[in-house]
Amino acid sequence: MRLGVLFSGGKDSTLALHLAAEKEEVACLITVVSKNKESYMFHTPNIDVTVLQAEALGLPLVSVVTEGKKEEELADLEKAIIDAKSKFQIDGVVTGAVESVYQASRIQRICNKLDVWSFNPLWKYDQNALLETLVEKSFKVIISGVFAYPLDEKWLGKQIDASVIARLVDLQSQYGISPSGEGGEIETTVLEAPLYKKRIEILNSAVDWRGNCGVFLIKQARLVLK
Amino acid sequence: MILIVDMNWKRNSLAFNEFVSPIVSVIQPLEEYKVKHFLDIEPSELNGYSKILLSGTALKDHATLKQVDKFGWVKMCDKPILGICAGMQTISLVFNESLVNCLQIGMTEIKTLEENPLIQGDFKAYTLHNYSVEATKTFEVLAKSAKCIQAIKHKQKNIYGVLFHPEVRNQDILKKFIQLNQ
Repeated sequence: MRLGVLFSGGKDSTLALHLAAEKEEVACLITVVSKNKESYMFHTPNIDVTVLQAEALGLPLVSVVTEGKKEEELADLEKAIIDAKSKFQIDGVVTGAVESVYQASRIQRICNKLDVWSFNPLWKYDQNALLETLVEKSFKVIISGVFAYPLDEKWLGKQIDASVIARLVDLQSQYGISPSGEGGEIETTVLEAPLYKKRIEILNSAVDWRGNCGVFLIKQARLVLK
Repeated sequence: MILIVDMNWKRNSLAFNEFVSPIVSVIQPLEEYKVKHFLDIEPSELNGYSKILLSGTALKDHATLKQVDKFGWVKMCDKPILGICAGMQTISLVFNESLVNCLQIGMTEIKTLEENPLIQGDFKAYTLHNYSVEATKTFEVLAKSAKCIQAIKHKQKNIYGVLFHPEVRNQDILKKFIQLNQ
């Protein structure tokens, strides 16, 4: 089965891609670039880095820009899947959905309409186990956005490792935040992963902090040998 | 020992994590379990299990509906069985009931119609199905959504079916099934 992976460049879609590649053929990545920072479906910092990530993975990228209005962005996703189906003959779509019935249902409906399979290999995955899996499998994941108290700008740009996981789990018990950012508390960017043929090196970055939330923006990056 | 039957179209499929693993996560702390693909079920082994759970599948996966002959053991088995989604549809076909088109995706209101040990009252559940069952002779209807039958029980046997996915938002139903007296 040939699959297109809905890809934001963050930890969930990248791990979903790796699980999919263990079982089926990944033919392309599909990225929706939302201009709406409030988008529940698609907004993520450093979405532009997906171009480098696709190159690192050696996979073609089908990319569509959306204004990010609630139902229009779904129509734009549909267009991207139609494009991927026509260019790369995909039979199915893979998502990194873990808990969000909101996201998963909307993508299931589009896939049903387009007569393609929909797979969610991280569905109901234990959040702490998910983070631990990334570390065990040597994914280099940085925190590229924090959106919940008490996470502050010191977290931005940090690589997820055992000590960061321990601190996030601790904050879960104190403040009820989701350690894997399932509630939108954290966004991530993957700089290196087992299927990457090269790794991403950040050359220039900036922190954009706005009161109680902020992002780590990768302004310039390049691919280097692993 | 609980038997969890992987109903996906092939062994070790990409859909395993989505439709079998979440059931395992609920059962694991409560009981010992074994997972077997539907093509690997040996009817002679079934006495070794106390209860049997049939998983759901991806929306486009109709493999078990086309291979109902592989489920002859459901009729012979005297252990409690719970079929989820494709599991319920397959059980219905085993007993010569008919399926009807009924597409539902997402959170859906469910209304319980008959008192039973697994589900009560009105509640919301995650649905992902193309078919439901027609009004049945062999099964009593336990619950419905606005569009179709959502839960059934065999009139004589401890065989249940739910069309929605309790492993996603109604995990208590799986726990109650595990605690059912035979």
